[in-house]
Amino acid sequence: MASTHPAGTNLSPEEARALRFEIEEFNTEYARILDEQDIDFWPDFFTADGFYRVTAKENHDEGLPVGLVWCDGRPMMQDRAAAVKTTMVHAPRYLRHYNSNVRVTGVDTDGTIHSESNYLVIETLMEQESRIFQAGLYIDQFVREDGVLRLKARDCIYDSLLIPNDMVYPV
Amino acid sequence: MPDTPFIDDGSNVPLSELRWPDDDLTRIPDWIYTSDEVFQRERERIFFGESWCFVALEAEIPEPGSFKRSYVGDVPVIVTRDEDGDIHVFENRCAHRGAEFCRALRGKAENFTCPYHQWMYDLKGKLMAVPFRRGDHGEGGMPKDFKLEDHNPKSLNVTTRHGVVFASFSESVESLEEYLGPENLEQFDVVFKGRKLKILGFYKNRLQGNWKLYHENLKDPYHATLLHVYLATFRLMVAGQKSAMICDESGRHSTMASAKDDNIEIGEETASQMKSAFREGMELNDPDFLNYVQEFDSPWTVTMQIIWPNLVVQRELNTLGIRHIVPRGPHALDMYWTMFGYEDDTPELERQRMKQGNLMGPSGYLGVDDNEAIKYLQDGFKHSHSQEGIVKLEPEKEGSTETLISEASVRALYRHYRQVMDI
Ligand code: FES
Ligand SMILES: [Fe+2]
Repeated sequence: MASTHPAGTNLSPEEARALRFEIEEFNTEYARILDEQDIDFWPDFFTADGFYRVTAKENHDEGLPVGLVWCDGRPMMQDRAAAVKTTMVHAPRYLRHYNSNVRVTGVDTDGTIHSESNYLVIETLMEQESRIFQAGLYIDQFVREDGVLRLKARDCIYDSLLIPNDMVYPV
Repeated sequence: MPDTPFIDDGSNVPLSELRWPDDDLTRIPDWIYTSDEVFQRERERIFFGESWCFVALEAEIPEPGSFKRSYVGDVPVIVTRDEDGDIHVFENRCAHRGAEFCRALRGKAENFTCPYHQWMYDLKGKLMAVPFRRGDHGEGGMPKDFKLEDHNPKSLNVTTRHGVVFASFSESVESLEEYLGPENLEQFDVVFKGRKLKILGFYKNRLQGNWKLYHENLKDPYHATLLHVYLATFRLMVAGQKSAMICDESGRHSTMASAKDDNIEIGEETASQMKSAFREGMELNDPDFLNYVQEFDSPWTVTMQIIWPNLVVQRELNTLGIRHIVPRGPHALDMYWTMFGYEDDTPELERQRMKQGNLMGPSGYLGVDDNEAIKYLQDGFKHSHSQEGIVKLEPEKEGSTETLISEASVRALYRHYRQVMDI
């Protein structure tokens, strides 16, 4: 696991702080879109060849490849967004996404930014108490396209191994 | 995840007051899904009875010393491979005070030590050591006649077939081959015979419904064409295509099989029956997603096999996996998924398995529909004025069938169930 201290990266503290703030802004917008269930916009956070996966920590720790959601490229994400919106049958629910502890873990010579952060999703079904739906870690790679950050890869590694019923929306 | 505690959810009705409505298999009473006493009898007669329960894939315990934590019914067990390569299954419960001592999901060990008072067990599940057995300086200790071999954790009968491990509490259970019956043995072998499995990962979810609803779901092809909008929209399953429900003679096992037909015409009549289950004009942005790589000696592109009482073998195009059902009282079940491919898969084929993994599982395009439907059912049973449902489709048949518009195999299951349960 990469160091969590900016000194462990190849960035100055100021650069790391600026990047961290930029990623926090990105994640705030990402969370807003998912909170509002505006699923059509979700693929736009990624590059055209972006990768997205949601998997259990036990798989991540053992290097196993499966994902509850496994999307290689924006077209697959668009197909998932369309399925969530038009074909998957599910009861209505509210979702609230929280993101924190962003740490930049390094920047490659080609400009790819590596970072990690914690996430938490609270789910509320219409007839039940709100509950923690999932706690996990985003392992991200960002690139800049026309000056804006986009995800080249987001691996969502959840601790909450026993999923309550099902996961309709991406996290 | 308990339900709100003050609501009466049907759990407390005593078994002695329950009667199957008119002895009629087309009517299913709600209490089989809600009563605590029914669930207790299911544990005794089904999960601890004359059944083979899935516990592991051999690929999960590849080497001497490998172990996995598993369940028979809801009873925690440990599956091990000993120094000689033999597989053992024993209760994950310390013979001293009863602690569930093995806590790691899987791993490698030379032996197991219960942390509470450090009783030690070998890989065969035999008690090897009890600290201070003779006391300390002549004081305390076990009685003189205490024998280690009288205090092994409960060990289970074990059988394997092509890398799949089953266990049974019964010593008199028939062979696995007889248990499955020839039709379902054949479908089982399509997936497991020949190539060595490669584990691709795990997930688990807790469904908010009775464990039998999962069996019914896979014995109910009617829903597949209607609930699963995705299947119909992308022509994976529509009424009129080649399909079969393959049951064994007892009615407990079944395989739902279908052959994808990209050229199938959805006629006006079918389309009007399916009107809300069908999104005309919806296209995939990733057109390769549903491509099927022919890799099995079978006319079916999809087979969903359910082996009584706790195993589902999924072959949905090229995504393969097993689902291990762990009942959690009348109102919930845990589903343990193990996804796999084969050791000789090309990287492209493994990638296709990962892609098509989006169809199934706790976030699957089809999986979500079923999980939600099962919760809707259980919610309906728990808090209702009405007391039963009906399964009348294709009344002239019971068991195997070739039409999707049938509930014949649900009725076959409940004939078997009523016999075993004596209800
Ligand atoms: S309970 Fe296991 S050693 Fe005492
Ligand atoms: Fe289904």
